[in-house]
Order: sequence, then C-alpha cells, then structure tokens
Amino acid sequence: MTEGVIKPLDSPIPLPAPIYRDLRAIYTLWLRDIIRLWRDKVRLVGSLIQPVLFLFILGGGLKGRFSAGFSGGGNYQQFIFPGILAMSILFTASFAGIAVVWDREVGFLKEVLVAPLSRTAVVLGKVLGGSTNSLVQGLILFSLYPFFGIHLNPARFALAVMTMFVIGLAQTAMGIALSVRMSSSQGFMVLLNFIILPLYFLSGAMFPLNGLPKWLSIAVVLDPVTYGVDLLRGILLGAHHFSLPVDILALGAFGSIMIFLAVRLFNMESPV
Amino acid sequence: MIRIENLKKEFVTPSGVRTAVKGLDLKVGTGEFFALLGPNGAGKTTTISILATILKPTSGSVRVDDLDVEKEPHLVRQKIGIIFQDPSLDDRLSALENMEFHGRLYGMSRNQRGERTETLLHMVDLWDRKDDLVRSFSGGMRRRLEIARGLMHYPRLLILDEPTIGLDPKTRRVIWEYVHQSRKKWGMTVFLTTHYLEEADSADRVGVMDEGSLVALDTPEKLKKMVGPEIVILKTDPHSLESVRQYLENTFGIRDFHSEAPGELSFPMPTGVESVINIVRSVPASIRAMTIRTPDLDDVFIQMTGKNMVLNQENASPFHRVYRGKL
Repeated sequence: MTEGVIKPLDSPIPLPAPIYRDLRAIYTLWLRDIIRLWRDKVRLVGSLIQPVLFLFILGGGLKGRFSAGFSGGGNYQQFIFPGILAMSILFTASFAGIAVVWDREVGFLKEVLVAPLSRTAVVLGKVLGGSTNSLVQGLILFSLYPFFGIHLNPARFALAVMTMFVIGLAQTAMGIALSVRMSSSQGFMVLLNFIILPLYFLSGAMFPLNGLPKWLSIAVVLDPVTYGVDLLRGILLGAHHFSLPVDILALGAFGSIMIFLAVRLFNMESPV
Repeated sequence: MIRIENLKKEFVTPSGVRTAVKGLDLKVGTGEFFALLGPNGAGKTTTISILATILKPTSGSVRVDDLDVEKEPHLVRQKIGIIFQDPSLDDRLSALENMEFHGRLYGMSRNQRGERTETLLHMVDLWDRKDDLVRSFSGGMRRRLEIARGLMHYPRLLILDEPTIGLDPKTRRVIWEYVHQSRKKWGMTVFLTTHYLEEADSADRVGVMDEGSLVALDTPEKLKKMVGPEIVILKTDPHSLESVRQYLENTFGIRDFHSEAPGELSFPMPTGVESVINIVRSVPASIRAMTIRTPDLDDVFIQMTGKNMVLNQENASPFHRVYRGKL
C-alpha cells in the first residue's frame, strides 16, 4: 500500500494456549484488586468499625440480658460472633460488584474487554479478587475469637477460614451478577441494600433459629446466607441448627449457582 | 489487514431502531495508515468498536488479519492495540502498574514488560512519573500513558479514536514519530479517526464517513483535487459584495460562490486565468484582502458532508497566502 513498508513481522509475543492465557489473566485481575486493597488501607480499617461496634456494644450490652443460654451453652456475644463475621464478609464481598460498575463508569472495563481473555476469565478474576478482599476483612475480625472465650483446634481454624472464603466467593459472584446491567454505582448501592439487608437479617446471624414464628422460619430456610452462618457457627461453637451436610451442600450450591449466573450474565451482556 | 464487507449496525433505543452503520465496505492493507473522518455521529466510533470486538455487527462481516471478529475475537484482540476516545486507565494504580497490567493481560514476559514500559514511558515523557498514581495526572498525561499502553504489546493493528485531543504540539509530534517508526518496524497498520486534519493529511488514504456510510475514499491528494483547483477568498465591502459577484460571474464565468463570513466571497480559481492578480485588478470595487489557498481536507469534508469540520477556518490550512491592502 505504501512505499517503505517492510513486510510484516509476526508479533514477538508468542500466543499461549487459551487456558494458560485465561489463568494468567485471572491472576492479573486478582493482583490488581490486591494492590488496590493494599493501597486503600483506610477503607479496610474503616469497614471494620461497624462489625466491631456490633460485637462489643450490641453483643456486650445484650450478653447479660439473654442469659437463657444459646445452643452450645455460649453467651449472646459468642452466639453472634459467627454472624458478625458473615456480615462483614457479606458486605465487603458485595462491594466487588460495585467495583465492576465503577470500572465501567471510569472506562477501565473497556481495557479489560478488548484484552485477549475470555469473559469467563474476567468474571472469575473479579470473583477471586473480591472474595480475597472480603476474606482479609473477615480474617482480621476472626482473629478476635480468643477474646470471646472461643477455643479452636487447627482443624477447626482451617475449616472456619475455608467457610469464610466460600461465603465470600458466593457473595462476590452475586454482586457481580447483579452489577451486569448497572451503569451507575449509586443505583447499584440502592439495589444492593434491597437485597443484602434482608439476606443478612433473615440469616439467623443475630437470633437463634428455634422457636420462630412460622412465616419467619420459612423465610430463614429460603435465605441462602442462613447456611453459611449456621456452618460457621457449627465450626466455631459446635452448635448448629441444620446438619453439617445440609449446610455444606446448601452453601456449595449457592456459591456454584452464583458463579454460574455471574459468568452467564456477563457473557450475555458483552457477547463478543 | 482489515476487510469490512457490508457492515450494518443497529441500536435499539427508546425512540426506535437507530442505524449507526449502513452497509460499510472497506479494505485497509497491511502497513497502511488509514484515516477515517466524519462529523459527530457519523458512525466512526461504532465502526471502531466493532473492529475492536466490543460490539457485535448486526450483519455483514469484519475480518482483521483474516480473522473473523465474531468467531475468533481472542485472536483478533491479541493483534490490536486501541486508544479509546474516552479514558480507560485505572487511576488508583500508578503509571507503571497500568502498563504492567496491560503487559500481563497480553501475555508478555517480565523482561518484555520491563523493556517496553521503559521505552514507551520515555517516549511519552512519563518515565519520571512512573510510580505516581494516575489520579494525580493531568488529562494530557493520561492520554500519553494510554497511547504508550496501546503500543505496548506490538499490535499489528493500532486503532486510534481521536487520539491526540488535548495534547500539545510537541507531544503530538513525538507520538506520531513513534507510531510511524512502529509501522516501519513491524508493519503495524494504523486506523485513525481524528478532527485534526493535518494528521489525516499524512495518511495513505482517507475515508469520509457520513450518516453511517462512506461518502469518499481516496488518497488525500486525490480527494483535494476532486474539490478543484485553488480557492480564492476576497474580502470587500459588504454592500459591494453583490456587484463584485455579478462582475465575476459575467467576466470570468465563475458560478460556485461561497460566503464564509460577511463581506467575504470565496470561489474556485477559474481555469484560463493566468494570475489571480488579473482578476483582482479588474474588479470595479475596493478589495480589502485576498487569500488564495489550496483545497484542504476540510474543503473535501464540507463538500462531501455539507458540514463544517473545524470551526476555526483561519487555521484550517498551512498553505495560506495572504495579500493585504488595496491592490
């Protein structure tokens, strides 16, 4: 076409296999979230304030009032500890959805969408980044457990961390699935409150599940977060409402469905 | 490098179906520098988004380096570098981190990333600021960083959507130098949309797009020749304008008059007249100023689309020759 154009060289970057390329991209997206989390330490500390208030003030204040004894024989403060952990993870994880909306608003999402990685890798990278973020948050709170008279052997400790991670994974995926059609972060916040608050309040994080009114007990059973909280409580306090397999199955199913939904919706929204 | 056949793109909007691109056909060769001009809303950005695999065509086929953008988007993406019209940086990361992120996504090794980042950040004069968060950058600095990032993975096709808006002339020159070097080095094809006509002037071919389809496609020289010979602009008293026009029409048979400002009359230089001075001397009215200029892409643009591309007419062309005073 023009004079002086040399015959085209092949790009010096070798083309990797798609799977390897996607794995590397997932890692890259995850790394970005970690860098941003590290940079935003103020937010990290700030978001710990609310759960700490719940734990020490609400929990401390009501501890003496509710002396009836909770399942497992613990006090109210111990009882809500797993619930508050779940709350903290729930809210942080949902923020991953806001991050996607935010990326869309500032245009950074385009940079990711034109890069050579599959849409599935985009979602998985964001899900991993968001759930790591929420796990870090959860772990800081979790480290307070000795103050509440909770004793854990290494196996229970590991199980608790894994459970928190899975709860984060499921919630992040839910946040991302919800974010797909959203173009304003304010609108997304409102939507999120609509969904997250009922999920949290119905999960039995703050009250025992036995002896509830009929309508409430139905709502509780339908809330997927219930099983995560129950599992965490079982591991930490040795007391749970449902059986262990039921909790694990329900939490696993919730996580898988949410990840599947997030991937599906994201692929539908940006189809190419 | 690019083969677009009968491309159509429709958007469903609340006010009905809007067709942004109506049956576009276009081929761009490997190593070519192609510029696409057009008024706002002509469908340029839509075309670019389809090339860049962000939007799906409604119908028609688009191939980049013989790869279908719909069927093999990943392979296409590895080959293109794109500089968007709107910002697309992570402003919570540093300049270096934005480059690193890009390099990793495109599968570059650590050494390659380091080397390219250093070269390119030097090129756009941001090496000293490499560790600063993009948040603290000015608009021009962000733009420069985006251009460096778009070139990082040795794209075979560089897509530039209004790339140099808000850049100072020196930076523009440095960036264009580097873009042309890259074309030579690895046969990079450049696909540009711009409002700076002198940038389009150095393109191998220019396409003019209006209302979703191409209305002109040729080398800049040929397009300008199509508009006609030199253009003469006379400035005179607003009330003697009509008599001057009458005179020129009767004496020299000039028909194609335009008035770009009050008291101003522009027309293509008639054939068979040796010098424009002959015309001006014979006009029976006082002429305050006269300008002769070669047609530029702006004239092409106006003729093809009926719309004015640059508002600032005075600076439209570097070929101005101005005679002032009474002749």
